[in-house]
Amino acid sequence: MSATLANLVIRYRWLLLILALLTIGAAGYGGSKLGFTTDYRVFFDEGNEQLEAYEALQNTYEKSDNVLFVLKPKQGDIFNKETIKAIQWLTNESWQTPFSTRVDSIANYQHTKAEEDDLIVADLAGEELELTPTEIDYIKNVALNEPLLVHRLVSESGHVGAVNVTVKLPGIEMDENNRVATFSADLKQQLEQKFPHLEVYMTGFVMLNEAFQVASQQDMATIVPLMFMVVLLTLGFLLRSVTATFATLVMIIASIVTAMGITGWLGIKLTPPSSSAPTIIMTMAVADAVHVLVTFLQQYHRGLNKFEAMRESLRVNFQPIFLTSVTTVIGFLSMNFSEVPPFHDLGNIVAMGVTAAFLFSVTLLPAMVLALPIKQKIIPADKEQGMDKLANFVINNRKNLLWSMTIFTLVTVAFLPKNELNDEWVQYFDKSVQFRTDTDFVLENLTGLYTLEFSLKAGGEGSVSDPKFLKMVEEFSDMAESQPEVIHVNTFTDTMSRLNKNMHGDNPEYYRLPQERELAAQYLLLYEMSLPYGLDLNNQINVKKSSTRVVVTAKNLSTKETIALENRLGAWLVVNGKDFDFDVASPSLMFAHIGERNIVSMLGGTAIALVMISILLIFAMRSFKMGLVSLVPNLVPAIIAFGIWGIFVSQVGMSLAMVAGMTLGIVVDDTVHFLSKYLRAREEKGLSATEAVRYAFANVGKALVTTTIVLGAGFSVMTFSSFSLNSDMGVMTALTITVALLIDFLLLPALLLTYEKEKRNVQEPNRLATESNISTAN
Amino acid sequence: MFKSLTVLLLSLISVQPISAFAQTAAEKGLAIAVEADKRDLGWQDSTADMLMILSNKQGEKSERKIRIKSKEVGGEDDGDKSLTVFDSPKDVKGTAFLSYSHIVSPDDQWLYLPALKRVKRISSSNKSGPFMGSEFAFEDLSSFEVGKYTYQYLREEDLGELKTFVIEYYPTYKHSGYKKLISWIDQKEYRVLKTEFYDRKNDLLKTLTYSDYQHYLGKYWRSHKMSMVNHQSEKTTELLWSNYQFRVGLDDSSFNRNSLKRIR
Repeated sequence: MSATLANLVIRYRWLLLILALLTIGAAGYGGSKLGFTTDYRVFFDEGNEQLEAYEALQNTYEKSDNVLFVLKPKQGDIFNKETIKAIQWLTNESWQTPFSTRVDSIANYQHTKAEEDDLIVADLAGEELELTPTEIDYIKNVALNEPLLVHRLVSESGHVGAVNVTVKLPGIEMDENNRVATFSADLKQQLEQKFPHLEVYMTGFVMLNEAFQVASQQDMATIVPLMFMVVLLTLGFLLRSVTATFATLVMIIASIVTAMGITGWLGIKLTPPSSSAPTIIMTMAVADAVHVLVTFLQQYHRGLNKFEAMRESLRVNFQPIFLTSVTTVIGFLSMNFSEVPPFHDLGNIVAMGVTAAFLFSVTLLPAMVLALPIKQKIIPADKEQGMDKLANFVINNRKNLLWSMTIFTLVTVAFLPKNELNDEWVQYFDKSVQFRTDTDFVLENLTGLYTLEFSLKAGGEGSVSDPKFLKMVEEFSDMAESQPEVIHVNTFTDTMSRLNKNMHGDNPEYYRLPQERELAAQYLLLYEMSLPYGLDLNNQINVKKSSTRVVVTAKNLSTKETIALENRLGAWLVVNGKDFDFDVASPSLMFAHIGERNIVSMLGGTAIALVMISILLIFAMRSFKMGLVSLVPNLVPAIIAFGIWGIFVSQVGMSLAMVAGMTLGIVVDDTVHFLSKYLRAREEKGLSATEAVRYAFANVGKALVTTTIVLGAGFSVMTFSSFSLNSDMGVMTALTITVALLIDFLLLPALLLTYEKEKRNVQEPNRLATESNISTAN
Repeated sequence: MFKSLTVLLLSLISVQPISAFAQTAAEKGLAIAVEADKRDLGWQDSTADMLMILSNKQGEKSERKIRIKSKEVGGEDDGDKSLTVFDSPKDVKGTAFLSYSHIVSPDDQWLYLPALKRVKRISSSNKSGPFMGSEFAFEDLSSFEVGKYTYQYLREEDLGELKTFVIEYYPTYKHSGYKKLISWIDQKEYRVLKTEFYDRKNDLLKTLTYSDYQHYLGKYWRSHKMSMVNHQSEKTTELLWSNYQFRVGLDDSSFNRNSLKRIR
């Protein structure tokens, strides 16, 4: 069948060439529709429990996408005329931010104080002030003693101050987040020009979203060209032919353009994970091309004419390439089991790319090579000295190898449990991304970005004023505040206590919660009536005044620590707030919980991929036993790779859950090539097990080394990604593929020999013995 | 009347340097505002009941019941006086709010808290804040005074069956939450039928629709249903007015600090 196809391809090569170009053009046009997503929420499926909880919370109170500007005077603290003026200016200008609904800073903080029977509500550092030393002292004193401000808008020592801009993105147009980020970056620039004594840092969810886009684009701009260089070098070295290298490049570009184009047509938005698709497609496409071209050039240089050489190459390679492409596609499609939609996209885009690469490698690639001039230099068939030595080594040491590889595997298995799930989204970005460095600064100097938002429910309408409820909220806030990992607790009870003090002539003894429900309700009304536009209480109390939001800000926490804190605070509420319901949600919790669920669903996905691939192999090799034997070299590499990861890194982000399923489709290629050559030697040529192993090494050994180098190099390039999910995945995949080669060379033959020996022992003991002698004599 | 004339003169002076066309538009806008104000002069005092219905995006609803007494006041910087009494929610029943509104300076405000049995003067420059957590800001609810805005006539437009003038208002109050307002004023009766509010960055923030207009004393139109939609927060507030009474004989003593405690 392969031969017929080979003939067809060669006969209709011109037609195929034109068809391929048309396909590329039609699909590639979709590339103009490609867009980048700008919302961290894409990491969560619509049905995601934590996302739904968070959306409900945001609908009840206020959406909290924000830009946080942090200002640090190069000398001294923020309590001087210049810096306060800067904060006023930024506060004012920030109202012009697209989609802004609220701006908070010490400048417009609604400070309340009592003067006889007057309640004075005013901006703490409003523009009407002259900022005399006395006034500045007053501002400093209030700001540094106000629990709502310290660790949120001003640091404990006052060395940095912040302006927080809350935006509500309507979610209608793609560029909303980008508009906010661009506007804010411009504000920052103006601020730095006007007030050169300040350093300005920016973080917040808008900047996080922006960073996702920046990271995707940065990856596309740096990694794809790097990858092209690696590919060019590898191809040039392996093929030593300008024409062949050129044809491969064209075919790779065609595969990428087709896959990305279809992505555009399908309206899939690119995210950092899916933006690594071109790199992966390129890697897989090179592997296909190398198989076709290496055989072609071998035959061609042995003196066959171009057409005969290509016919032979296609005949020999068609089935393995097809088979390995199918398994690779299955491996990548297993990503659809992930809880994280960007990985569905990555899997699907690569699956399309791999399919395209297969089609182009048996149509476009041969057609181009045949159409272009290519130099023929007759060289005698080279004897694979290296491979032969390796084969002998394996055959002679099969027992030792079997044992040592088993022990090695078991040792690494022991380190598997060292791996710990961790998805800290700030650390997704490496330090080349400004968002990361700015956020790190903010975390060290002012406040955290990891929050837990509690919605505490008092019951009926207006019942937030119930003294029992208020007391519980206050105790909860105090308890949360006393947790070692907590930086700040934003709670309405602080405002209540302050109002009570204000209403009693600022007597500090009255800094406590009001004892009657009516009084609390009336304070609330009074306070609400005095707040200006955009500074209302909606972000803390719902419309019915039946529940309040308490925002707990923590320092940098790992996934495990986040969940531990959530459980600790939740347990307190269950015990001490048993009359009241509560919800808890936040982006940090979304990321904390997704890791675990993702692993669980990916285990399922990997298992299904494994079963499908094994069935495929059983059919392809027409041997149930071989299918079973293949399980070992297919599974062990991922296990060993994760063990090694456990020894050296041990932090597992959500992308690593993908690796087992995905690499399965790739490592299986090595097994397929090796086993199919082995079987061919056994069945067609009637060779013994030992000879068949030697035959397999001689025939595919070099190709396997080559493809492993290509794949390893390709995935290693991903480690240059500024996005840790991508670089981790790259390292891990490269590692798994390399381990797979070792397993295929060292463990698989030993396994085959041992297995066959037992079988043949009875029938042909002599022959086996002679063969061993021959091979040692070699 | 005197107030309106002064404002008219002041406005004319202030718009002098603008081009001829703009001047006409500003003039025309102002003229319409003056006419609308004039038609609502002389009602002296009134009382009314108001039901406020708040809803959020989740469909949660909340109601407040309020009684309002108002007294017409003239003067260069003075708007009307009003006394608001809250009847529900239960927790704030009896809370009373007295306000002397001003055109360019902050309003004078007092609040009586029955639970504290004290009258507190609230010193705040905030007219832009929400009224009782609703989508109405103080400045949306306080009386219309010509001097609160400068104007720009935009166009004529049909709204439903009525012909309207469409006019832009620019707040003169420094702490206003708005960049501008656009109102649709019916050409026959000079009633405001619809107003759009633009926030400080000039994005559409809210739309207020006035309906169910009724005629009092053969002269004064009052809308009995005001629906405010906040386009950004997707929250809405409806004000349903009832029981309007005019010239019930409220004098200044009904609008001082002591009256706050007395009112029930």
